[in-house]
Amino acid sequence: MKSTLLYALVGMLLCGLLCAVSGLAATGQGPAEVKLDRLANLFDAVNFDHAAHVEIAGDCATCHHHTTGDGAGGERCGRCHAQSPKSANVACQSCHEADPFSAAQLEREESDRYQYHIDKPGLKAAYHWNCLGCHEASGGPVGCEDCHARNKTGEAFYHSGAFAPTATAPHAH
Amino acid sequence: MSGISRRRFLAGSIAGCAATTLCGTKQAFAAGSFTGYPEGMGVLVDLTRCIGCRSCEAACNKEQNLPAPAKPFDDLSVFDETFHGGTQKRRPDETAYTVVNRYQPEGGGKPIYRKIQCNHCAEPACLTSCFVNAYTKTQEGAVVYNDKVCVGCRTCMVACPFNVPAFKYSSAFDAKIMKCIFCHETRLKQGRPPACVEICPQQALTFGKRKEMIKIAHQRIQNEPGRYIDHLYGEKELGGTGWMYLSAVPFEQAGFDVTVQNEPILNNVKDFLSTVPMVLAIWPALFTGFHLLATNKGGHGHDDDHAGGDAAAHGEEDDKS
Repeated sequence: MKSTLLYALVGMLLCGLLCAVSGLAATGQGPAEVKLDRLANLFDAVNFDHAAHVEIAGDCATCHHHTTGDGAGGERCGRCHAQSPKSANVACQSCHEADPFSAAQLEREESDRYQYHIDKPGLKAAYHWNCLGCHEASGGPVGCEDCHARNKTGEAFYHSGAFAPTATAPHAH
Repeated sequence: MSGISRRRFLAGSIAGCAATTLCGTKQAFAAGSFTGYPEGMGVLVDLTRCIGCRSCEAACNKEQNLPAPAKPFDDLSVFDETFHGGTQKRRPDETAYTVVNRYQPEGGGKPIYRKIQCNHCAEPACLTSCFVNAYTKTQEGAVVYNDKVCVGCRTCMVACPFNVPAFKYSSAFDAKIMKCIFCHETRLKQGRPPACVEICPQQALTFGKRKEMIKIAHQRIQNEPGRYIDHLYGEKELGGTGWMYLSAVPFEQAGFDVTVQNEPILNNVKDFLSTVPMVLAIWPALFTGFHLLATNKGGHGHDDDHAGGDAAAHGEEDDKS
């Protein structure tokens, strides 16, 4: 019952509060900061410093693929997307599903026989691949809590911190 | 005394044998061609994506109301745990339906993390080995277990080629096998992915119809041939499993048993087992016939003569007295 409630809460958060833009800077390079609250039930929202990452990445397409209108790298994507114009919405969530394995989503994918992207990552994976991929290559932070501050719900979920097991007997097999 | 006479018991046995011969062989032949429910769900586990965060273990623990772990789920020292003289890494047990283990590939490189759980075979050895039918392969693709009928014989634990079913030794008198059930009751039946899939931050676990998972897996291999070993573990192994794996390193280096056969375990004994009911039905009739023929020829007439002679002898004695 409690877990159902928890997952319902996650679902609500997914639907309503994804990628809420917290502040738009007049840089012409998108918002200065993006609030990512995908996992806001176990971890607090991440205040993603967009402006700083614009400087590090240099090119919008590094993260936004082909949606910012500056071409797409790679032999595979470039074949179709080299000339793709700027999309109306460049937010990750506009393409990457928050709930990629819902029955409705699976049904949608199966019914579209001409869909090429049959294996598009969900929103959570899109974030983590994009962030971790660069962070690993460039020596950026890669630990869970380097980006996500875990809250009480998260501690209980991982049986960690205040909820850590008291007995430290070795796991019997 | 027992309420059932020997004659009734034997008659019942023979009738039962005849019934199993008629129905049983048909089922046995059908079983050989069963390749899983076409609309059954599956999970594609991509080992190249797993970062070993153990969130799937935590999600499983919560979803299945399993006992609190010995160590926190964010404690990565569990990857160093070994058992049986260092020969075995962690495995699912009565407190955990899934575990993630770390493997160091040969020739260095980044460690590989592998999630272990029930692979939900199309034709499960646990199911076929269970003589009380405690196991069911559901049309959604899950292999589920019913502890109400389980007698605790643990044959399924021996039968499973992946060593997945675990016995709840802490309640030995209330027999219970503990294993991953694909979140069947709480999620799969409602068309939702299992808890481990939903929590995975890396989408190392992809959920969908098994036939779609096979397509996606081969597309991944085709798109990035340098990233993957050209093999989908579980596509063919043991007649096909619901959970399948992609890897960057040879599968044996990630602890997989690569010696398993492609045929379902049942096929090893199916031919033999399908003849058992036939033997049980035909042999008694055959040998009863032999027995009757043999006894008719030899002793019958002789016994009658002998009995007649005795009666005559008694008659003579009576007369004399």
